[in-house]
Amino acid sequence: MSLETNPRPLLPPQLVQTSPIVTMRDVGRRYGEVVALRHVDVTVYPGEVLGIVGESGSGKSTLLRMMNLEDAPDTGDYRLRLPGRDDGNLFALERYQQRMLRARHIGIVYQNPHLGLLMKHSSSGNVAERLLIAGERSFDVLRSKAREALDASEFPLSRMDHRPADLSGGMQQRVQLAKAIALEPALLLLDEPTTGLDVSIQALVLDTLKRLQRERRITMVLVSHDLGVIRTMADRVMVMRRGSVVEQGLADQVFQDPQHAYTQQLVHAKL
Amino acid sequence: MQILDTPPLLRVTGLTKTFHMHHLDSVLHAFEGIDFALTAGEFILLRGANGAGKSTLLRTLWRSYLPVGGHIWYQSRLGEIDLARAADIDIALLRREEIGFVTQFLNARPRVAAEEIVAEPLRLAGRAGNEALEEARHWLNQFGVRPELWRAYPSTFSGGEQQKVNLARALVLPQRLLLLDEPTASLDAGARQALVRRLSDLKAAGVAMIGVFHYPGDVAELIDREISLTTRTLPQNSGQDDTRDEFNDERERYVAV
Repeated sequence: MSLETNPRPLLPPQLVQTSPIVTMRDVGRRYGEVVALRHVDVTVYPGEVLGIVGESGSGKSTLLRMMNLEDAPDTGDYRLRLPGRDDGNLFALERYQQRMLRARHIGIVYQNPHLGLLMKHSSSGNVAERLLIAGERSFDVLRSKAREALDASEFPLSRMDHRPADLSGGMQQRVQLAKAIALEPALLLLDEPTTGLDVSIQALVLDTLKRLQRERRITMVLVSHDLGVIRTMADRVMVMRRGSVVEQGLADQVFQDPQHAYTQQLVHAKL
Repeated sequence: MQILDTPPLLRVTGLTKTFHMHHLDSVLHAFEGIDFALTAGEFILLRGANGAGKSTLLRTLWRSYLPVGGHIWYQSRLGEIDLARAADIDIALLRREEIGFVTQFLNARPRVAAEEIVAEPLRLAGRAGNEALEEARHWLNQFGVRPELWRAYPSTFSGGEQQKVNLARALVLPQRLLLLDEPTASLDAGARQALVRRLSDLKAAGVAMIGVFHYPGDVAELIDREISLTTRTLPQNSGQDDTRDEFNDERERYVAV
């Protein structure tokens, strides 16, 4: 079997009646000669955690940035099902519409906190900024909502006025997380959220994510090259290689009975 | 206790599982052309030597292994579905609401109390918080987990205690189909009795079960039928090279870890 073929197309559900929250079709992107994404389809159902794995350069982070409307593809269609709205293909919206949609309905945690945080503002200010963009103006409400989001992210409230620049990497990730969930987003995107943290801190952050997922049923898309992280978190897994999806399935199936030669290599390398 | 005009809950036809190991460029045969039916309230014991594919069959029904041929027709509350071909999201739904897999291993999650782990399936099924917790405690008690451990985190428990939590969780919500992969292994006598009692009650309530037991004597009173995998399995090269099959089985177990 060639490494480029997908042996098993995603089947339409028969029993589940809920529509997907995310539907991406035929997303393609080239950077010059390099094909970053090739005919990628993504479907995410409400409340599930979709894990995306793949080596560096597989296109997984590019795909996540497309989901966050930070980058536009050459081809493709992207629908986000939000109550009471129909925005059509999100890729076709104006930039300012995309920005508003992103600020209000999509949360993201980056591997690099510098991408997600203003390092010289207070931690609570970083969270409040997100709420301000969404139109919240009352100082008391801003403060209490920021406090609540930081608390839910298990950030020590005694330090909520400290600047992220003065915090450890693990704490910075908690501030990013608080900012991402402050508006109860329809979709939470996690781009290598624990890469670069020490193992014990990594476990604590994953633990917080798990708890949030369990208690709030937040729909998450998690990108990581770390199979352990994906295995802990994901309900379903998509495996990417050279811009294409080579395999997807239930997390336990992908890890226990990988079908594609590349996934087998990946899983065996981990064991 | 088969009722003739009820369609079986599970109807397996021609079920075949192979593992394609790309790096060896070889295909390992686990089992081929398995046929059987299981009705509500029926208990099937899977028999076979080590490596005959008993656990592989259970995992294929559960879909952590993907079948390569055949059908697994299952009468869900929402309609008939072929588990061999069902969408992942449908399988996830059935695992939550209708089909349970009971193993000897607990997937302990950090910082979740034993009683919460057991209560979670009830909550997901819509039971109120307190009620779910009460019932969870009832089952922890039944399986012999001491009350002082109910609010502790099972990641620190001994293997036996973890297994009791695992069983309580797996059996707290009456499913329609239970796949049992050696659930009695390494349980103490009290917990084993509690397990058999629970299985017996579930069976009486119409839950269908198929399982592997290291000591089938533990569940002798529950068994309606047995399926022996060694006699049902028809490897492609059967009859000409038995050692080769044993070799394959060894490899299969290696892959299945």
